[in-house]
This record gives sequence, structure tokens and C-alpha cells, in this order.
Amino acid sequence: MQVNGEFKPKIVAFCCNWCSYAGADLAGNNRLNYPAEVKIIRIPCSCRLNPMFILRAFQRGADGVILCGCHPGDCHYTTGNYYARRRMTLLFSMLDYLGIERERTRVEWVSAAEGAKFAATMNDFVQTVTKLGENRRLEDLRCKK
Amino acid sequence: MQEVKQKAIELLQSGKVQRVLGWKTGEFFYDLTPAVFETVEEIKKDFVFSPFCGANLSKYLIAESRKEGKIAAFLKPCDSYSFVQLLKEHRIVRENVHVVGVQCNGMCDIEAIKAQGVKGVTAVRQEGETLVCETLYGEKSVPYAAALSERCKTCKSKKIVLFDELLGENGEDDPDCGRFDLVSKLEAMTAEERFAFWQQELSRCIRCNACRNVCPACSCEKCVFDNDTLGTANKAAANSFEEQNFHIIRAFHVAGRCTDCGECSRVCPQHIPLHLLNRKFIKDTNELYGEYQAGADLETRPPLVDFTQDDCEPSVVYTRGGNGK
Ligand code: SF4
Ligand code: SF4
Ligand code: SF4
Ligand code: FES
Repeated sequence: MQVNGEFKPKIVAFCCNWCSYAGADLAGNNRLNYPAEVKIIRIPCSCRLNPMFILRAFQRGADGVILCGCHPGDCHYTTGNYYARRRMTLLFSMLDYLGIERERTRVEWVSAAEGAKFAATMNDFVQTVTKLGENRRLEDLRCKK
Repeated sequence: MQEVKQKAIELLQSGKVQRVLGWKTGEFFYDLTPAVFETVEEIKKDFVFSPFCGANLSKYLIAESRKEGKIAAFLKPCDSYSFVQLLKEHRIVRENVHVVGVQCNGMCDIEAIKAQGVKGVTAVRQEGETLVCETLYGEKSVPYAAALSERCKTCKSKKIVLFDELLGENGEDDPDCGRFDLVSKLEAMTAEERFAFWQQELSRCIRCNACRNVCPACSCEKCVFDNDTLGTANKAAANSFEEQNFHIIRAFHVAGRCTDCGECSRVCPQHIPLHLLNRKFIKDTNELYGEYQAGADLETRPPLVDFTQDDCEPSVVYTRGGNGK
């Protein structure tokens, strides 16, 4: 998205309800800044993230998609994030294989106590995606207004 | 190849099975289609086993094995992997199937034959290392190896994993088949080159769903792509998103379960190299989570329904393979 001639990326952050979502809350409570471009979608566990959600986000205009979940070993459902880890690794590798910039996707483990990490992660990710520019390779023109 | 037909008749006559799953001629002699035979007469009339029996019969057993009575199925080595994988996923009623393993010398592709400059082919037969083609313009010979379909040129294994009886001899795995060579080549390209390559390939897709329909791993009762609101159900693409979406997700859904049987690429009317997507996942899982061959046995856990505590993080992708930018 161009705002006053400046590129502002749209970022979708899928956050696990039990950790990163609370982490985002904590970041807010502590008045830690992270860019408003980050739109959070709450999911019940990192392994709820269907690969199609990610593609869908890109289709609808996201420039970057990040998944945040509980640290390995701390998943509320014991093993969900272990499965998510394998799936995302393979999916990201496939996106890369198709020539889609691999820095547009990321996974980060953020606990409910890590408000600062949440903010830092988002700042860093937004910066990376801003450098990459607009998502052109996975866009759907019909969804662009 | 009369042996196979003879066996089909024998099995039916002896009452050992009530039906036989095999191949019969479709539109053209090289276009063989799977068929179920219930009488000896039908078999005598229509049953064919030829170098064009590429079609994998395993998937048909999902429905056929649930019917009454026993069915005999002829499985080539690659088909037997799919069969075992389906058994593993509890999709086939094993008691109702009598598996006849058939030795395989590789299946031919009419396009490969045409590429050798042979036109107007009306029949073929294998004679040792050559394929003799009867054509409208007289007999022509091509080396058998040159007439092979893509998947048979890079066949991972000639081993029939599971069978009740065997016609011919059982073969072995071929670790040097080179099936990942092209994947490695793509990985070594730049992201731009890869994107251009896939654009060129995937934009030809007409979204006919043949690749999904034929795939033994794609046997979901309800498929995500049968969804009109998804925008992937037809070829009215505004740009490349739908194809990318379809191809990424299709390959992803079969990751860890795809036996690399090659059916998807074989049936694609647009000759899209779908195997290069499937093999990417196979190569990745092999490299990151240990060697795994879907359908090779009934016990091991597929990589995507398994994990270890010290699996690599998704960020390995940023540093692995290719030069990225
Ligand atoms: S994806 Fe293709 S190669 Fe893999 S099992 Fe399905 S049809 Fe066979
Ligand atoms: S594409 Fe996915 S949902 Fe559709 S049949 Fe294949 S595995 Fe099932
Ligand atoms: S068979 Fe080929 S053309 Fe048809 S949907 Fe699959 S990739 Fe596309
Ligand atoms: S509950 Fe947070 S990742 Fe599973």
C-alpha cells in the first residue's frame, strides 16, 4: 500500500491465543511500539494455521505473513507447534522454490511473557518486508482495489 | 504379455475372485484406461496389458474393495507403493483384494515415441531392448529406453512392495535413478529464474483437476478445491495466483504421502511437470527429517504426522539451497 508516496506493507500476523496473542497484549500494556501495519489474527494454536490461510492472506493483499506460537515444548496442546514447525518449514521452502521471496514469511516463538520480543519481532519483520516492497508474485489482481 | 491376460482369466474362472481390475483400450490404442471385468468373455474381448499400461490401479481399489466379493488387481511396482500407502491410511479393505504383482520394464509414452520421429503408430511390441512400432508407413523401431515415459526414466524402484502372487520377477530399489536431479537444478537457480520457470509452466494449467483425480493420495471424500467461493475452481484467472495456490496446496496436501508414482504428470494434458513439485517436498523431507519413502512399508510414520523435539526451525529456509535472491 502506498501512503503519501511511501510504501507501507500490509502484514498479517497469525498469533496463537495462548502465548503470542497474550504477548501482543503485554506489548500493548507496556506501551511498546510496533507498526500499525501489523494485523493480528488470533488462532487457537499455531498448528491451526492451514497453509491455505497464508496464501489467502497474500492473495488478499498481504505483503508479509508471520506466524507466532508458543515456544517448542510449551504448546497448550502439547505438540501442536511441533507439527506446525515441520509444515511451515516445508511450505516456506516450497514458496522459495517457486521463486517467491522467502523473507515474506516467518515463524517466531513468542510467549505470553515476551511482550518486548513481540514488539521487536514485528518491528524487524515490518522492516524486512518494507525493503522487499510490494508482494507481486503471489498477488491476485482481482483482490486489489 | 499374454501371461497377464491368462492370469486374469484363470483367477476369474477358478472363482478365487469375482472381479478383475485391469486395463482396456480407450480412445486410442496407446490410451489405456482402467477397467473392471466381471466375466471371462469381457476379459478375452477387452483386457489389454501393453507398454502403455501406465495407469495406476490402486486408487480404484478404494471404492472397489468396499464392494461385495473379492477383486484381483494387477499392480506394477510403483502402483504397489500407492497400494501400501492407501492401506496405511486405512482406505482399502485388504481382505477383498487379491494383488497380482507384475514385473515392469517401464511404460512408454506416445509423445516420447513421436519425438523419435515415428508417426502414425498403430501398434507397438517390445522386442528386447527395442520397441517395434507398426505404423501407417510400415514398421519402425526405436530404442525402448527412448520411448519410456518421464517417470519410468527416473524410476525409483522396481520392487513390488506387497503382493499375493507375482508374475515375472521382483526388482529392486534404484538409489541412482536421478529423480531429484532437476529439483536440484531448479534450487540452484535464482529466485527470479525459478519464478519465471514456474510462471511459464503453471500458467498453462487449465484447472481440469485431472492430476488431482488420478492421484492415489488425493482421495479425500471432499476436496478443498471443490469450492466455488475459493476462486480456484475454474480457469478464469485474472493472474497467476490461482495456479500457484492450487499447485502449492495440492502438492502440500500429498506431502509425506506422495509415493512419486508419477500419475499426476502422466495425465496432465498440458504436460506440466507436477513431479517437480512433489519431488521437492520429498527431497526436503528426506534432507530435513530423514529418508522416507511413502508406501514402502506399513509401519513408519510419515514425516508430516511426526516430529522430533530438535527439528530445524523454519528459518533454515533462508539459508538453505539456492542463492535466494
Ligand atoms: S502426487 Fe502425483 S506422484 Fe504423488 S502420489 Fe499423487 S499422482 Fe502419484
Ligand atoms: S488436493 Fe488436498 S483436499 Fe483435494 S483431494 Fe488432494 S489432498 Fe484432498
Ligand atoms: S492435470 Fe495439468 S492442466 Fe489439469 S489441473 Fe492438473 S496441472 Fe492443471
Ligand atoms: S497452543 Fe500455542 S502453539 Fe499450540
